[in-house]
Amino acid sequence: MRYVDEYRDPALARGLAAEIRSLVTPGEVVRVMEVCGGHTHAIYRHGLEELLPPELELVHGPGCPVCVIPMGRVDDAIALAETDGVTLATFGDMLRVPGGRGSLLEAKARGADVRMVYSPLDALALAAQEPDRHVCFFAIGFETTAPATAVTLRRARAEETPNFSVFCNHVLIEPPLRAILETPGLRVDAFIGPGHVSSVIGTEAYDFIPEEYGRPVVVSAFEPVDLLQSIAMLLRQRADGRCEVENQYTRVVRREGNARAVAAIGETMEAREDFEWRGLGVLPKSALRVREAFAAFDAERLFTLPGARIEDPKACRCGDVLTGQIKPWECGVFGTACTPERPLGTCMVSSEGACAAFFSYGRLRRPREEAPVGA
Amino acid sequence: MPERVRRRRPVLRDERITLAHGAGGKATRDLVEALFLEELGNEALTPLGDSAVVPPAGGRLAVTTDSYVVHPLVFPGGDIGELAVNGTVNDLAVAGARPLWLTAGFVLEEGLPIELLREIVHSMGSAATRAGVPVAAGDTKVVERGKADGLYVTTAGVGVLEHDLELVPARVRPGDRILLSGTLADHGMAVMIARGDLHLEGDVASDTAPVHELAAALLRLGEALRWMRDPTRGGLATALNELATQSALAVRLQESVLPVRAPVFAACEILGIDPLYVANEGKLVAVVASEATDDALAALRAHPLGAEAVEIGVIEAEPEGIVLLDTALGGSRIVDVLVGDPLPRIC
Repeated sequence: MRYVDEYRDPALARGLAAEIRSLVTPGEVVRVMEVCGGHTHAIYRHGLEELLPPELELVHGPGCPVCVIPMGRVDDAIALAETDGVTLATFGDMLRVPGGRGSLLEAKARGADVRMVYSPLDALALAAQEPDRHVCFFAIGFETTAPATAVTLRRARAEETPNFSVFCNHVLIEPPLRAILETPGLRVDAFIGPGHVSSVIGTEAYDFIPEEYGRPVVVSAFEPVDLLQSIAMLLRQRADGRCEVENQYTRVVRREGNARAVAAIGETMEAREDFEWRGLGVLPKSALRVREAFAAFDAERLFTLPGARIEDPKACRCGDVLTGQIKPWECGVFGTACTPERPLGTCMVSSEGACAAFFSYGRLRRPREEAPVGA
Repeated sequence: MPERVRRRRPVLRDERITLAHGAGGKATRDLVEALFLEELGNEALTPLGDSAVVPPAGGRLAVTTDSYVVHPLVFPGGDIGELAVNGTVNDLAVAGARPLWLTAGFVLEEGLPIELLREIVHSMGSAATRAGVPVAAGDTKVVERGKADGLYVTTAGVGVLEHDLELVPARVRPGDRILLSGTLADHGMAVMIARGDLHLEGDVASDTAPVHELAAALLRLGEALRWMRDPTRGGLATALNELATQSALAVRLQESVLPVRAPVFAACEILGIDPLYVANEGKLVAVVASEATDDALAALRAHPLGAEAVEIGVIEAEPEGIVLLDTALGGSRIVDVLVGDPLPRIC
């Protein structure tokens, strides 16, 4: 695995960490939000925070696709799975997410037909294998996974698959970023932009952040050396008095993105009026639904769903964590009523969620991290 | 078995297991004699009594039981039969026992190809011979099609402790060293890839093997050997978390020395799985007194199954009950207990 090795090279990492130290001003805290849950996971898995000076504070953003799905939508998925003759297929991460009526894994134990797949095309293949059942794919994810759903919808229409549908929960990255940027008393100075989403929508999609909100962005890959380099690039922008969108993930991401992937999304899906985000509330034009032309494959048109709106638990402060207002451990139920085993809030559900990553990998470092917060 | 039954050499003509093979009549007898006894027969088993009667062992006994439900039944590097023998032998071995006897109970699904069953029981016999541990008693049941995934095996094992050592977490001390007999995650990744639903291919084989000789080599260290485990389901992380909790000490691992084969590492990366949590079936993790580290490593490396043995970490007094990992990059993190299945992350 030579490819990964060079992005995990300790000497390179030490060099970048030294550069980061040289670029911060003692006592002046810079708060950098990594938008993507994949970045959060990598930061904790490799213990990157210990390489950073106390003046560099990482804020874990909203980019975990599992974490942002509201409980009402999980209940809708459970209702689908419990419908006679319906098989619900979804990604493994989604199975443990609690809704108002438990998780899909619990529904499966009660007898619902829930299957784990690795791609929407696997779900379509399942429909072909089991013509007596209706296979519904519970689609989640940002612009990263939406193209795969789009291609699957196209193929289902081309093959006229009669027993397949998509329960579409794809979300868009710009609205939650705007919501965070509009937060009164915003505590984020710079952004590490998501890597995989950007491979689809390009780096130009973030131009509004420096232009309208005066915050620099560096789109980053996922290995530890990538992340350190991205942080250094953000600090260099500040040192140079620049504020722009830069691309660290040049081996995959283009400024204009992937036009074919964007076109596939546009052909099969359109923006919803609004969509509820766990922790962030209802955001206009923040999610996608299946277009009329693909209505025959739209679970929301084919089935009557409960569609209930379920309030997040009062004690849970996931919204404040997602917007960088508080660190995971500053939430009153962190590690007590809310643990990875029994998650109360969304950030504790997936290993990419800020709270779960912090709980699993870093909970001993709390005292050290508290210092810069009060600084 | 009475002489007049043994006169005729039993023949098994069926191609697949049917409910008749579990009914207790002639088909059952044919299956037992023409397949199980052929492959596993020994002094204790062959009389086919209701109990096997074995000689006294002369020491404290270790007793263990385990069930095997692996799917697929045959995977690169082994099959469920070999796995069942090695797994049971290993549970006895890391308790400090010399394995003596095994038993095996089979739940067979109607429709199971007899040739596949023979292949599995044959490799069970080979594994038992390799480990020098006879299968002394057995049982077979057949369930209807759809009620079992081909076949399940439940084993029991008995071993004897020929020393006075207590291999318990309470004997582990700060400063003790943690040794690992070889590479991580081979078995778990081999089975995940063999299932086929990941559409991955790779040169990855299960490490299923008996570690009783490695354990015996470490037992010769005497008091310097504190504790041993075979890090199976849940992987090294789970075994060490149990040690940390039960000893109320901390375990500190060094990421840069953890041995993982390149194709296994690649498969873990693609699936977003941490090799620390993936099952091993032929590895041993041991805690030894610091001054015995070199001797212990030499003892492990002298055996082919321990050729890649390494020191992977140290026991510390604090933080109590926690497993820490110093990352290759110079950071550190907690290696927590596993919650749920290690499901692949989606992006």
